[in-house]
Amino acid sequence: MAKSLFEKVWDAHTVRSMSNGQTQLLIGTHLIHEVTSPQAFGMLRDLGLKVAYPHRTFATVDHIVPTDQRVEPFADPLADAMIQELRKNCAEFDVTFFDLPTGKQGIVHVVGPEQGITQPGSTIACGDSHTSTHGAFGAIAFGIGTTQIRDLLATQTMSMTKLKVRQVKVNGKLQPGVYAKDVALHIIRKLGVNGGTGYAYEYAGQVFDDMTMEERMTVCNMSIEGGARAGYVNPDQKTFDYLEGRPYSPKGAEWDAAIERWKSFASDPDCEYDDVVEIDGADIEPTVTWGINPGQAITISENVPTVEESPEEEKANVAEALEYMKLPAGSPIKGTKVDVCFIGSCTNGRLSDFEEAAKYVKGLKVAPGVKAIVVPGSQVVDGICKAKGLDKVFNDAGFEWREAGCSMCLAMNPDKLIGDQLSASSSNRNFKGRQGSPTGRTVLMSPVMVAAAAIKGEISDSREVFGINQLVEA
Amino acid sequence: MSLAKITEVKGQGVYVAGDEIDTDRIIPARFMKCVTFDGLGEYLFYDVRKTEEGADKEHPLNEERFKNASILLSGANFGCGSSREHAPQAIYRYGFRGIIAESYAEIFFGNCVNLGIPCFIAAKEDIAAIAAAVEADPSIEIALDVTNEQITYGGKEITAVVRDTARFALTEGKWDTIGELKEAADEIAKVAEALVYVTK
Ligand code: SF4
Repeated sequence: MAKSLFEKVWDAHTVRSMSNGQTQLLIGTHLIHEVTSPQAFGMLRDLGLKVAYPHRTFATVDHIVPTDQRVEPFADPLADAMIQELRKNCAEFDVTFFDLPTGKQGIVHVVGPEQGITQPGSTIACGDSHTSTHGAFGAIAFGIGTTQIRDLLATQTMSMTKLKVRQVKVNGKLQPGVYAKDVALHIIRKLGVNGGTGYAYEYAGQVFDDMTMEERMTVCNMSIEGGARAGYVNPDQKTFDYLEGRPYSPKGAEWDAAIERWKSFASDPDCEYDDVVEIDGADIEPTVTWGINPGQAITISENVPTVEESPEEEKANVAEALEYMKLPAGSPIKGTKVDVCFIGSCTNGRLSDFEEAAKYVKGLKVAPGVKAIVVPGSQVVDGICKAKGLDKVFNDAGFEWREAGCSMCLAMNPDKLIGDQLSASSSNRNFKGRQGSPTGRTVLMSPVMVAAAAIKGEISDSREVFGINQLVEA
Repeated sequence: MSLAKITEVKGQGVYVAGDEIDTDRIIPARFMKCVTFDGLGEYLFYDVRKTEEGADKEHPLNEERFKNASILLSGANFGCGSSREHAPQAIYRYGFRGIIAESYAEIFFGNCVNLGIPCFIAAKEDIAAIAAAVEADPSIEIALDVTNEQITYGGKEITAVVRDTARFALTEGKWDTIGELKEAADEIAKVAEALVYVTK
């Protein structure tokens, strides 16, 4: 019977049915970080359990690390306690830790792929909702809670309900100046922030075929913002090319066998999906959020919605968002003053994100009064960017080039908004208080759009700011 | 390890209005700088409950009349956002033992079941009616009947959904899955061996 990649991977990793009706699923690769794992190790100790398959767990430290300086102990004693705890746990339970001195540290969803740990046909779990990122490689990757981390450490399996599969097909071509981030925001806007509940999204269509691996990661990353627990793209030659030669990728004869195996996991052309949604890539414009969840998004040329014009069931949410964001309803979002600009995160903190933004900011200057920071997603990304001189391009333009970590994506390190500052951000969440100030405001957009906002000091259409040609209507 | 069978949860209610209440709102990230879950209850909904100086803002959880509430009522897509188990842990440690909402984010729902917190899915109108009843008299008892997927409050009864997997897990005392997962050690090894993975 023809099957989707999701079904093939699920079936291959099924251990047995649980009495609660769920499936006991083997998780091939387990990734952990300092925030959600310490309690799980604590539970293991309380139960007197060991890590069953230590070589299948990989750790990094990302959320709490300062990005301005790396002197230990960290100034924040709580942050310092967390990195120490992770070191202790990894040493005690024999888990590989990409710690700061290894040169491999970074955001967990950047590190897994770049080390070649994230591979097609695998199951991956991490106590982090953006684990869906790894689906870009044709892996089935889930975000999980701490109790499940404990289950994984103790058994390498977890209890889970099988998801349905929705194919999200983006056909045609993207216009110049439209990026993977816009595709992600567009999909969430169309399908809703909980439209994906109960589903894994299979991203397909010409637009995804054309995307680089890093672009695919950007979209898969934000699956969870649309309510989908997992999102994936079928593996193809680009997937294999990306993985070739990475530290944990198979080598020699194993490599050829791996490619054959990986290919076999791809969805059969005639498989059935529980749902199919088609989107025309040409309809996607540079998109920004105006509200307090990633589905509250508009194109750069649209106006911020009004309560009156919003559908009845949305009115209360729109009113709440408008009040929090302090944006004038019914007015263009373009021209909104920004205080902070942030390029980074597991959504857009990879080499191509910085290359693309650097291309446009070169020779320009950040607007006076704007704080602009650029944060590589990993030490490896940092190294490559520096070798290419990108750090210098950004520094010369008035951005601050930082050390690798989650940084301003969330408020667990010193990078935070102050008061009701408005931030143009390439991260994935614009929830109330997400960037560290209970009244701070986040507007999500692509890295190039953040760069444009930094240069102009206001939310702008990057195509106008940087002279990116728009397709002329035929 | 034998767990309590959670068939019914009773208590007073409190309504925290709104849709898409995300886990960042339930427990702001800065309070996750901890290596245990102890004491998280104190920071539940912190930024909507407290000013930056730590004084109380207007919020149902700050109201004396809802102080004893152990059933939390809310809107659609409750618990969306981050996978942090800190969110249900904070809810539990604050003293809540059951939740009624229109819908839940998936990871949050699963995390709650793992902690033995029944998450009832009810219709918007029903939640509004319970909220109104609680508003009129905070002392009324809300009873969540997990087995029969029913909610009783102030003499009224409504049907809700607990989802079969969760209902079974809670009522059979199998909401914490580790015991059953561990039993399959041999089968796990077999499946693990059959699949090629990074081995370093
Ligand atoms: S960059 Fe942001 S979303 Fe990604 S793992 Fe870090 S905190 Fe989470």
